[in-house]
Amino acid sequence: MSTELDDLYQEVILDHNRRPRNFRALDEGRKAEGFNPLCGDHLTVYLRVDDGVIADVAFQGAGCAISKASASLMTEGIKGKSVADAARLIERFQQMVTTQSADPVPDLGKLEALAGVRQFPVRVKCATLAWHTLRAALESPDAVVSTE
Amino acid sequence: MTMTASASGNAVLDAARARHDFPVLRQRVHDKPLVYLDNAATTQKPQAVIDRLVRYYSEENANIHRGVHSLSVAATDAYDAARERVQGFVNAAHAGEIVFVRGATEAINLVAATYGRAHVSAGDEVVVSEMEHHSNIVPWQMLCEEKGARLRVIPITDTGELDLDAVVRLLGPRTRMVAVTHVSNALGTINPVEAIVQLAHERGIPVLIDGAQAAAHMAVDVQAIGCDFYAFSGHKVFGPTGIGVLYGRAALLRDMPPYQGGGDMIRSVTFERTLYADAPQKFEAGTPDIAGVVGLDAAVAYLTDIGLDRVTAYEHELLAYGTEALSSIDGLRLTGTARRKAAILAFVIDGIHPHDLGTILDRDGIAIRAGHHCCQPLMARLGVAATARASLAFYNTREDIDALVNSIRTAKAVFA
Repeated sequence: MSTELDDLYQEVILDHNRRPRNFRALDEGRKAEGFNPLCGDHLTVYLRVDDGVIADVAFQGAGCAISKASASLMTEGIKGKSVADAARLIERFQQMVTTQSADPVPDLGKLEALAGVRQFPVRVKCATLAWHTLRAALESPDAVVSTE
Repeated sequence: MTMTASASGNAVLDAARARHDFPVLRQRVHDKPLVYLDNAATTQKPQAVIDRLVRYYSEENANIHRGVHSLSVAATDAYDAARERVQGFVNAAHAGEIVFVRGATEAINLVAATYGRAHVSAGDEVVVSEMEHHSNIVPWQMLCEEKGARLRVIPITDTGELDLDAVVRLLGPRTRMVAVTHVSNALGTINPVEAIVQLAHERGIPVLIDGAQAAAHMAVDVQAIGCDFYAFSGHKVFGPTGIGVLYGRAALLRDMPPYQGGGDMIRSVTFERTLYADAPQKFEAGTPDIAGVVGLDAAVAYLTDIGLDRVTAYEHELLAYGTEALSSIDGLRLTGTARRKAAILAFVIDGIHPHDLGTILDRDGIAIRAGHHCCQPLMARLGVAATARASLAFYNTREDIDALVNSIRTAKAVFA
């Protein structure tokens, strides 16, 4: 198998695809739905914000390994963070997956596993779907976003 | 593969030789030989079609139906000759029953916008099937919304066949049109269109057949089918993109209002009144895609020369080989196992999303389609968000299927 594929389907991604974390609905709080009309991927991000801090975050939906792992890693990465820090992380994540593949990978902890998607431009939308949806959930209590 | 003689004495199709006609197939993708298995999306173009387009623009380019100069006459002759060849291709009774459009999508929109608007009223019904491509759903849905009519849906069985008993139940006194696909792009099912036409005609209901996935794989005979309209796209029969065909029965075309207004579709124009030209010109406003039409002509000539009966027989064998090969993979489930199928292999694999599979296959040079195939209602019926689809043409070989199977095994190892 090619090295690009090894970069894309790293063990941490395969693990989060098999056993997505925070894969459930939240009864209260805000939520947003995200669609990728091109491929039919669909997910819902649930968010509970207390005093400007993300007290709980979860997601549900159907999608490819990249979109599922990205959503799962995202929930782990933002839980307990302030809304402002989460918004900054969205920006930094976006930048990481859309920049030139030769550029250095920023220090984003476990999320760095998704940097391999840079070598697969048609798959970038898979990685960013959950993050677009999170941004919508942060900005309005009941939103629907589309990556198209 | 070598030329061998069948029992009837006809030589069987030589795919290895046919491949040489398609320059695209010679390339490598990610340093692997291209294995093109996305023919239901679009087919590749033989050198004869490419050369014809070059020759048209190099030597014949002029507008049609208006110039007295030699170039215009040559372009007009080429355009009209193409209509006659397409007439023969689908066995229409008259060349005037062939309308050139942008593709199957525009053909269906044309019928919905002209025949549909003239005949569908509030409370009427249009019948489509659960396996339709969005292009044979949305135009009818738009018409129904505009008129206050109702879209009714023929369900499919678990193997992906139309439920003919349901067709009988769905056809009623308010049904104004039945629109069904000849071959399902997502399942491969070949529908019994003759039987559907008979059921509809017994009740005086016209039938449109979406032939986008049929025309490259089997000889189409619109008179034998008995349909009122038949639509297909040039780019799915080895011709250029941007050109397609609507066949319409002369008696219906004659009474239909025009589609778009403009040049070439008129007999005379004054500010008080315009008299329209007869079909097919009535439906071909403006300068048409002349290059597309002569390119389509070359594609139809090429395909006719290859022989559609030989294509059907060859692809039938290849489909059987592919069905068996894919079925041997643990955790792989074919979606669409109708008794009569064209060479489309759609499937899902436990634990591997079709898009991940598509990416891994691409690295092995294998082009398949992953997604909902513009059939979201069908995906909902199947209970899946997406499927992977390998769709074959006569230039595909058993080696292509073997490469597909090997690459699927690689993907299974990644996701094990």
